[in-house]
Amino acid sequence: MDLSFVIIQSLSGLASASSLFIIASGLTIVFGVTRIVNFAHGSLYMLGGYLGVTIVPLLLDVDRSLPMFLLGVLISALIVGAVGALMEILLLRRIYHVPELFQLLATFGVVLIVQDLVIKVWGAVEIPGPRAPSLRHGVFILDQRFPAYELFLIAAGLVVLAGLWLLMQKTRFGVLIRAATQDREMVAALGVNQAWLFTGTLFLGAFLAGLGGALQIPRVAINTQMDISIITEVFVVTVIGGMGSVPGAFIAALIIGQLQAFGILIFPKITLVLVFLLMAVVLVIKPWGLFGKPDASAGRAILPEGILSLKRFGTVDNLVAGVAIAVLLALPVFGDNYMIKVGIEVLVLALAAFSLHFLIGVGGIVSFGHAAYFGIGAYAAGLLVTRLGFAMEPALILAPLIAGAFAALFGYFIVRLSGIYLAMLTLAFAQIVYAVCFQWVDLTGGDNGVVGVWPSGWATSRQVYFYLVLAFTLSAIIALRHAIYTPFGYALRAARDSATRADAIGIDVRRIRWFAFTLSGAAAGLAGGLYSFSKGSIDPTMISIPMSVDFLVMVLLGGIQTVMGPLVGAAAFHSIKDFFMPLTDFWRMFLGASIILMVLVFPRGIAGAASLLTDRFKPNPKPLGLPA
Amino acid sequence: MTLLKVAGLNKRFGGVIAAKGVTFELEAGDMLAIIGPNGAGKSTTFNMVGGQLRPDSGEVLLADKPVSGLAPRDVWRRGIGRTFQIAQTFVSMSVAENVQMALISWHGRILSFGARAQTLYRSEALDLLDLVGMRDDADRPVRELAYGDVKRVELAIALASAPKLLLMDEPTAGMAPKERSQLMDITATIARQRKIGVLFTEHDMDAVFAHADRILVLVRGEIIADGKPDEVRANARVKQVYLGDMGVAAAMRARRGRA
Repeated sequence: MDLSFVIIQSLSGLASASSLFIIASGLTIVFGVTRIVNFAHGSLYMLGGYLGVTIVPLLLDVDRSLPMFLLGVLISALIVGAVGALMEILLLRRIYHVPELFQLLATFGVVLIVQDLVIKVWGAVEIPGPRAPSLRHGVFILDQRFPAYELFLIAAGLVVLAGLWLLMQKTRFGVLIRAATQDREMVAALGVNQAWLFTGTLFLGAFLAGLGGALQIPRVAINTQMDISIITEVFVVTVIGGMGSVPGAFIAALIIGQLQAFGILIFPKITLVLVFLLMAVVLVIKPWGLFGKPDASAGRAILPEGILSLKRFGTVDNLVAGVAIAVLLALPVFGDNYMIKVGIEVLVLALAAFSLHFLIGVGGIVSFGHAAYFGIGAYAAGLLVTRLGFAMEPALILAPLIAGAFAALFGYFIVRLSGIYLAMLTLAFAQIVYAVCFQWVDLTGGDNGVVGVWPSGWATSRQVYFYLVLAFTLSAIIALRHAIYTPFGYALRAARDSATRADAIGIDVRRIRWFAFTLSGAAAGLAGGLYSFSKGSIDPTMISIPMSVDFLVMVLLGGIQTVMGPLVGAAAFHSIKDFFMPLTDFWRMFLGASIILMVLVFPRGIAGAASLLTDRFKPNPKPLGLPA
Repeated sequence: MTLLKVAGLNKRFGGVIAAKGVTFELEAGDMLAIIGPNGAGKSTTFNMVGGQLRPDSGEVLLADKPVSGLAPRDVWRRGIGRTFQIAQTFVSMSVAENVQMALISWHGRILSFGARAQTLYRSEALDLLDLVGMRDDADRPVRELAYGDVKRVELAIALASAPKLLLMDEPTAGMAPKERSQLMDITATIARQRKIGVLFTEHDMDAVFAHADRILVLVRGEIIADGKPDEVRANARVKQVYLGDMGVAAAMRARRGRA
C-alpha cells in the first residue's frame, strides 16, 4: 500500500462517513428529544433520494448548473422535513409514553407503509440520478484520480456539523433541543411549548435524513431497499456515538467510514460484520456509547411491560387447550393439503413467538432480532442436509443446539445492556447473521438460498410431517411454559422487576438472563429447523428484520401480559397474512397500518383484551400503588 | 465476638473525599445509626459495607471474615441482608412470592427445574411475613400495597437469608409518621430476638434517637462522634454541625441565662 493509495482510501472513507453523519445526526437529535428510536428514519432518507431523482432533473432542465442541483437537493430535504413533522403530529405525539418496544414497532409500521407507497409512486426499479454539474470530473491527488463529488460530500458533512453546532449553541430552538435531551421533564416544567419543540425536532431530523438521501443521487441508483440498509448502519453510528449525542455521531461516523474503507481491503465480504463487531465491543466497554449518558429514567419504579401474574390453567383453560390439541390431532385426517401446510406453519411460528415472549414477557429482554436464531436453526438444518448429507433426524437435533450456541455467544454481550441499547444490539447481531447468510454465496446460496431440504423418507408425507412438527413444537412449548413456573422463571421475572433487589438476594442477574437468552434461542432454532424441512428450502428472508418484526407482532397481537397469548397471536397473524397477502399488492402497507393501529388502540393484544373482558366480571382490583 | 468491624475505610470520588478512615464496630443485636448532613458520606460508607462500592483502602470484617470488595451477591451469602432507600421488591409477584424468591435463592434452588416456585418454601415465607405483620396480605400482589407495607415486605425479604447483619438505608424515608415508628419497632424487636446487628442511616432524628443503641455521626467523610444517643446529643461538635455556630451560640446563651 503506497501513500497515495492510503490517502485516496481514507478520503473515500471520509466521504461515506460524511453521508452517514448527516443522516445519523438527524436520528440522534430526534432520539435525544423524544426518546424514540425512529425506525422510519431510513424511510425518510429513501424518500429524500426518490424526491431528489424527481426534482433535481426538472431543475437541471431549466439550468444545468451546480446551484440548481443544490436547490433541488434542498427542496427535496425540506419536503422530507415536512413529512417528518407530519409524522410527529399524526403518530409520534401519541406514543411518547408507551414502552420502547411499541415505539419501535409503530415506527417500523411507517417503514412498511412508505415502502409500498414508494413502489406505488416510483415503481420497483432502480432509478439512477443525475450527476452534479461542475462536480463530474475527477481531482488528481498524488497522481490518483478522486471524484470531485466525493470531496464535495466531505465538505457537506462539515457544513452540516458546523450548522448544527451554530443551531445548538446560538439559537433558542437549539438550546431547547439540548435542554430536552438532558431533561425532558424539566423543560416541560419550565413552560416550554413541547408540541412545537417536538414537531420542530422531527422536522430537523427528517430534513437531515432527506438531505442525506438527496445527496446520494449522483453516487448510487435510488432503490427500494435503501431504507433498511441505511437504517442499520445509522443505528450502529448513533449507538456507538451514544444516543442523543451529535458529536458522538460525528466521531462514530468517522470511525465507521474508515473501518469500511480499509476493512474492505482486508475482508472484502464481511465489512458489515466488522462494523457490528465494533459496536458490540464499544457497548461492552461503554454500555451507553462513546458520548452517551445513562438514561435518567433507568431504575425508576415502573410496572414492567410483560407477564404480571402467573395464572394456572383453570377448567376453562384446560378445556380450550384440550379442544385445540384435539383439533390439531384431527387436522391431517380431515383437512386438505393446504390446511395441513398452514397448520405446520402456524405451529412453527407459535413456537418461535412463544420463545420470543419468554424473553420479552418474562425476562423483559426486548429482542428485536429474534429471527436470527430462527434463521440459524433453519440454515443449520438446511446446510447440514444439503451440504454435509445429514439425515433429517440428526439435523433437527443439531439445529436448536447450534442456534442455542449462537444465542449464547451473542447473548453474552446482549444481556449486559438494557432498554433501547439492548434492542439495538439484538438487531445488530441479527443483521450480522443476515449479512453472512446473504454474502457467503458459496455456502449459503446467497439471495437464492438453498433448495432440497427435504424430510427423511418416512416423514415426507404432509400428514406425517405435521404430526412430527406437532410433537416437537408442543413439547417445546410445554417445556418453556413449565420453565416460566419454575424457580428459574421466577428468578428471571425477579431480575426484570428489580435487578437491584434480585442482586441483593443472591440472584446472578446476568447469568439468569444469559441462560434465558440461550434457551429461547435454541427453541427458536428448533422452530427454524422444522420450518426449513416444511418449505424444502432456506433463504435469507428467514433471518431478515421483517421476520423479527413478524414475531414481535405475533407476541403483541397475542398480548404481552399473557402466558399463552403468543400462540393465539401466531395463529391469528399467520392466518390473516396467508389470507390477505395473495389478495393485495399492498400487504406491507396493510400490515404497517395494522401495527400502528394495534399500538395505538390495542396495546394489550387479543388475549389481553379477552382477559380484560373476563376481569370485568370480577370485583375491581385496587389501583396500582407504586412508590415514586 | 464483634459482629461487624469496619477499619479505616477510605473512598474518594475524584477530588471529593467521601470516606476518610471510617472505623467502627457493631455487636450482634445492636442497632447502630449513621447520621450526618447531606453529603457526609453515609451512603458511601453504607454501600462499602453492602458491597455496592469497593473501598479504596480499609477493611470490612463480618464475624472476623473480610467481606470488603465482594460483589453484593456474595456479601449477601456471607450473611448481610439489606433494604433500600426506595423499596426494591418484585412488583409482578405476590407478597409471599417475593419472600419465597429470596428463600429459593438462599437455599440454592434457582435451577431446580422440577419444582414449582409458587409452592416452594411457602410456609417459611408465611412465618417471615408473620414476623413483620404482613401474613394476612400474603397473596396480594405487592404492587397493590401501601408504601409502608411494601417496606415491611422488604424487611421480610431481607430476613429470608437469616442474616447476621441487616443494612437499612433510610428505612423510614417516604413513610407516614405512624408507619415509621411501627417499622422501627418491628425491626428493633426482631434484631434483639434474633441477635441481628442492624446498621441504618436515617434523616428522621426522632426515629434515630428513639431506636438506635448507638449513633455514629459522619461529617465530610469522617466520624466526629460515636456513642450512645445521650452522649451524641450532648456532643458539642455534633451540635455545631447540626445547629451551626449560631445554634451553639444560642445554646450557650441559654445555658448562661439559666445559670
